Amino acid sequence: MTAAISIRELKKVYASGHEALKGISLDVAQGDFFALLGPNGAGKSTTIGVLNSLVTKTSGSVTIGGIDIDKDFSKAKTLLGVVPQEFNFSGFVKVQDIITTQAGFYGLSRKVAKARTETLLKSLGLWEKRNEQAMRLSGGMKRRLMIARALVHEPNILILDEPTAGVDIEMRRSMWDFLKEVNEKGTTIILTTHYLEEAENLCRNIAIIDKGQIVKNTSMTALLDELEEETFIFDYQGTLSDQILSLPYNVNVIDNTRFSVSLKKGQALNTLFAELNKEGIEISSMRNKANRLEELFVNLVEKGKQDAH
Amino acid sequence: MPIKDQWVAFQTILFREIQRFTRIWVQTLLPPAITMGLYFAIFGKLMGSRIGEMQGVPYVQFVVPGLIMMAVITNSFSNVVSSFYSSKFQRHVEELLVSPVPNYIILAGYVAGGVARGLCVGLVVTILSLFFADLSVQNIGLTIVVLLLTSVFFASLGFLNALYANSFDDISVIPTFVLTPLIYLGGVFYSADMLSGFFKTASELNPMLYIVNAFRQGMIGVSDINVELSLGILFICCVTSVGLCLHLLKKGKGLRS
Repeated sequence: MTAAISIRELKKVYASGHEALKGISLDVAQGDFFALLGPNGAGKSTTIGVLNSLVTKTSGSVTIGGIDIDKDFSKAKTLLGVVPQEFNFSGFVKVQDIITTQAGFYGLSRKVAKARTETLLKSLGLWEKRNEQAMRLSGGMKRRLMIARALVHEPNILILDEPTAGVDIEMRRSMWDFLKEVNEKGTTIILTTHYLEEAENLCRNIAIIDKGQIVKNTSMTALLDELEEETFIFDYQGTLSDQILSLPYNVNVIDNTRFSVSLKKGQALNTLFAELNKEGIEISSMRNKANRLEELFVNLVEKGKQDAH
Repeated sequence: MPIKDQWVAFQTILFREIQRFTRIWVQTLLPPAITMGLYFAIFGKLMGSRIGEMQGVPYVQFVVPGLIMMAVITNSFSNVVSSFYSSKFQRHVEELLVSPVPNYIILAGYVAGGVARGLCVGLVVTILSLFFADLSVQNIGLTIVVLLLTSVFFASLGFLNALYANSFDDISVIPTFVLTPLIYLGGVFYSADMLSGFFKTASELNPMLYIVNAFRQGMIGVSDINVELSLGILFICCVTSVGLCLHLLKKGKGLRS
């Protein structure tokens, strides 16, 4: 099966001399929900920029749906929908006009454009706002407007650059549901995000990019399996005895209501719970200290920094 | 992109451009009507009656074609430069750049938008001029050709200006410091035959002189310059400007990094 996106030895050197991409290679399978993660300035937006033609590559090759962008970028673009990081629509234009105009750029007739605009605005909860000027929308609504605009020509591949930045939790979750639905219908989705929880929840495969190089490219499950240690935080009532503190769990007391436990891969918590039970310590709640993916991400990026030194 | 889809894309850009300048008609259509009305009243009627005739026609009739052309030039230019630069500034030009629309359709859409505004304003100013002067178009074909070529030329110059502009200051420099002086010194208010020596030579280097005279020839049948030469210069200017725009679009000047 042809890859949705195939990137080979992609390099980008900006006019300033900054080498943003140092020869990355990447494949995204059709129908995948793919995460592209990396710290600020890692090269995520440059990669997306090359895919959507806003950045001109220095060397390497890119195919979109099997079409080489050097041979027929125009055709390749018809397969892509892009939701950029920053708002890029005219705030003075009505919500529905932004979408119907975009449809026109893909050659869709006015009638088809209007029908699709209505469907998308209804799906994304923006139909009531269709006659409002775009600048009057809230941040979350503006993001959804850009998603609607990117989908109006029914692309095979949807690229979202930080789609939920600045969006409240409730709105973020409803956007996740919408994106899952779009993906289930067969659209390949590539997502960059700073919310690692978002990537963990949505994506099946992941690439981590740092300083213009891919430092990890695997499935989400395989990546999470690499996690060597997880830290949990317990809220408790009672007094922690020395016996509990000396258990082989790396127990750290945070204050008189909370302690943390670092758990090695494959290690069970049963002994700890049994001991806590015996001491009459009541555990009211327990949670991950940090998002699991976040720990891995930080480890990989930190490792990159050490290697550089 | 199939031709049919390109046509839809072109119509979309043009429709958006027309919608933009008609939505803000107080800023785009009304000011030239007022300014030109004042020109007609002051230069045409009040002062014109004392000047008498120029090139064998009443002065008011002599200045009308030049003033119409002045409105067409400034509006064709400013529509494209302000619209395209704003779309760069607000980044919604990316809507077009990420789409499969070819560069020549992008350029054609914006230029057609500039031409549409130039012609709209030209029509308003022409209607207004009828209150001050008796006009009967002498050569309708020549008038239309000059009008279209001129608005295409200046709309594409506006596009060039917008490609290079990095701030709103950059889009006001050319109209203020280049276009306006060239128009005023391009024979709108006087006949080039009145000049001699350095001023005559300098005038002959000013493309506005050829444009204004070709249009005047079409409208009232009077010109200081050979019409074929004027049309030739105007055509070369159009081809050069459009060609340069397409070259810069291909390079991604000011648009792609």
